[in-house]
Amino acid sequence: MDFLTILQVLDSTIRLATPLLLACLAGLFSERAGIFDIGLEGKMLAAAFFSAAVAYMTGSVWLGLLAGIAASMALSALHGIASITFQGNQLISGVAINFLAAGMTVLIAQDWFSQGGRTPSLTGAGRFNSITLPFAESLQSVPILGPIYHDLISGHTILVYVAFLMVPLTWWILFRTRFGLRLRAVGENPAAVDTAGVSVVGLRFAAVGICGILCGVAGAYLATALQAGFVKDMSAGRGYIALAALIFAKWRPWYALMSTMLFGFLQAIALRPDLIQNTIGVKVQVQLLDALPYILTVIILAGFVGKAIPPRAGGEPYVKER
Amino acid sequence: MSGTAPAIELKGISKAFGPVQANKDISIRVMPGTIHGIIGENGAGKSTLMSILYGFYKADKGEVFINGTKTEIPDSQAAIAAGIGMVFQHFKLVENFTVVENVILGAEDGAMLTPSIAKARKSLKQLAEEYELNVDPDAKIEDLSVGHQQRVEILKALYRQADILILDEPTGVLTPAEADHLFRILDNLRNEGKTIILITHKLREIMEYTDTVSVMRQGEMTATVKTAETSPEQLAELMVGRKVLLRVDKKPAAPGDVVLSVKDLKVTDGAGVERVKGISFDIRAGEIYGIAGVAGNGQSELMEVLGGMRTGTGTISLNGEPVDLTGKYSDGQSRRARGISHVPEDRHDEGLILDYTAWENTIFGYHRDPKWSSGPLMNNAAIIQEAEAKMQRFDVRPPIPTLKAKSFSGGNQQKIVLAREIEKNPDLLLVGQPTRGVDIGAIEFIHQEIIRLRDEGKAILLVSVELDEIRSLSDRIAVMFDGKIMGERDPETTDERELGLMMAGISEEPDKPAWKAVEENLEAVEHGEAPKHG
Repeated sequence: MDFLTILQVLDSTIRLATPLLLACLAGLFSERAGIFDIGLEGKMLAAAFFSAAVAYMTGSVWLGLLAGIAASMALSALHGIASITFQGNQLISGVAINFLAAGMTVLIAQDWFSQGGRTPSLTGAGRFNSITLPFAESLQSVPILGPIYHDLISGHTILVYVAFLMVPLTWWILFRTRFGLRLRAVGENPAAVDTAGVSVVGLRFAAVGICGILCGVAGAYLATALQAGFVKDMSAGRGYIALAALIFAKWRPWYALMSTMLFGFLQAIALRPDLIQNTIGVKVQVQLLDALPYILTVIILAGFVGKAIPPRAGGEPYVKER
Repeated sequence: MSGTAPAIELKGISKAFGPVQANKDISIRVMPGTIHGIIGENGAGKSTLMSILYGFYKADKGEVFINGTKTEIPDSQAAIAAGIGMVFQHFKLVENFTVVENVILGAEDGAMLTPSIAKARKSLKQLAEEYELNVDPDAKIEDLSVGHQQRVEILKALYRQADILILDEPTGVLTPAEADHLFRILDNLRNEGKTIILITHKLREIMEYTDTVSVMRQGEMTATVKTAETSPEQLAELMVGRKVLLRVDKKPAAPGDVVLSVKDLKVTDGAGVERVKGISFDIRAGEIYGIAGVAGNGQSELMEVLGGMRTGTGTISLNGEPVDLTGKYSDGQSRRARGISHVPEDRHDEGLILDYTAWENTIFGYHRDPKWSSGPLMNNAAIIQEAEAKMQRFDVRPPIPTLKAKSFSGGNQQKIVLAREIEKNPDLLLVGQPTRGVDIGAIEFIHQEIIRLRDEGKAILLVSVELDEIRSLSDRIAVMFDGKIMGERDPETTDERELGLMMAGISEEPDKPAWKAVEENLEAVEHGEAPKHG
């Protein structure tokens, strides 16, 4: 395997890790505040559809992005009302959102575009296009670093850079700001926050809202950057993989980057069965390669990666005790 | 007095939860710079009243005056702004945060954390010096002893400039020495002009430490008196509404043969930590063997092994016959068959199934008894009839077997458990925390039942964290610390000070003041393999 091939695989690792990373950080905000969110999948899917649909109809990917975020936020609000305001079961609410999104997107797509539940392909300004970073061309000839800068770091869509910048930003918010301190506290012991005179409901809605924005960006990325349009079930379990990555990352932003990169890498090599065959000399079934991220998910969830302690008040609606 | 306004004045406070009137037209005045006690049974409405004052609940009716000014307290934020701080019975701390993070939570100075933390660190140091409130600002809460966690709660209130401090049952989880330290802190605070409200059910604390005291019964304030002008007997009568025997009346024990013999018993918990580290003792027929100690020093595990809820190593014999500790006959069913009854420490988790009816709860563990069956079916009518008789005899109120266990008060729930276990006429009765969360009237009854059983010639093992209870019921007292028995004492000749030291792991009397020795010992324990309290 030559240097350029490695760069290609890593490049597609970054592309494929981006939606996972965004969804994982979305889940991180929500779960750190004590709201389990199994509905990441549904929110991404809804955002993917609405971003593609609006981008196609208006010709502007930015309006598409906004529509995607709005759709995801609407589902987040639903989750918040069910699980925070009405103190319902967070898992049930999340599952309901996933079903709702899976059915509604296809139904509306068929109604609007009559293309078998997909949106028409996006072109031009209807998609996020890659950005060439400054000096990428001129530095390309520098050995090693040149190709790394040109092929790996440069040439992604704006959303990829946003996703990666979200990692230090999330860390900073969580551990260096008042909002972060309160957010973490409300996921550990909401009674402590309540008796300190801070609104538990307000904090949790804020967290769920941030989760909605990030899922919206993740979904829009799927339909308007990674692919050129919406197809049925295009989130393909990424919401669940992001949840597994979140557990793997022990609810920490930098670990989230690493765990989603691992999943992204597995998805990337699944696209290059030829490489695997050349490297290890045996032909591996494509189906097996495709299944790798999901197998890893099962392994992580089965607890083979050491003990992960979730936020202590996670999943529990907050009820004032008498 | 007439010149100063009361620090707190409540006028006509009423609060109902559904059909339950928790507070009825309550008025109270607390002068600044005093310690004011509020005493009452469980469910008398003490905590509700204080939660209203702290903005946790909204009163249906009534007014609050702070330092003479009428004040609305719609939420905790408003209470904090009015200078009120509260130390809840169950601490409201974030366990995996540091002390300083807990202190600033909700009282940060700006959107960024770093300056807030620096400021809090400085002010914690000052408060520590001023009030003997030493605690490491960078320690995580989960690594601190319960006594230190409580100090963090007090620090939280003081950091928010509280002038009025409410403490809800603050000594329930403390060793006597830790409690002494707490009251020294409260004394310092009073001397600085702070006003303290102490909610407790312990008459002794009221008598020793408060200036004035209010008594609550069934949601009403029955009296407010100067502590110096009242007596424990009078307060107890005001609480319960009738005369109460505070001292347990009992004849000297007449011990017979050894019933239970425990030799070198060791218990390791699920996490691999040795909880009981080789203890030996005998209990004879007709005696009560009391085990004192701060919660979490192996008493629970000891009870669970004896009751067949977990396994251990060593030897146990009952009436001279060995008892299976690990094998097929080491379960609770076999223990009951051998004549060991068990009143577990936690009646909600282990003693009862709260969502089941009282009559169902009166046969759990004995449900295989053929007398409850007719063929393959349960003979419900017979069980209900018998349950009603038991409930009458044990004074369970109301004596309605078809009510769910959760609808009874703590004292009556405990009576249901006792009725089930005592009625089987066991040779050995294991009783854990028999009066935790039980009101005074019911405590009296439960204590009398335990003594009656002893006088019938049964052996009784009593585990309790209430030292007063151990001292008044037991014929012999053992103190457990860190999985070992520190020693046995005769309740007639020992005193609270000696037992308190043993509870903190100190067997000899040192020259230095007791609280200091305990303090050092606890600190040493905290840094090594700490016996986790609570």
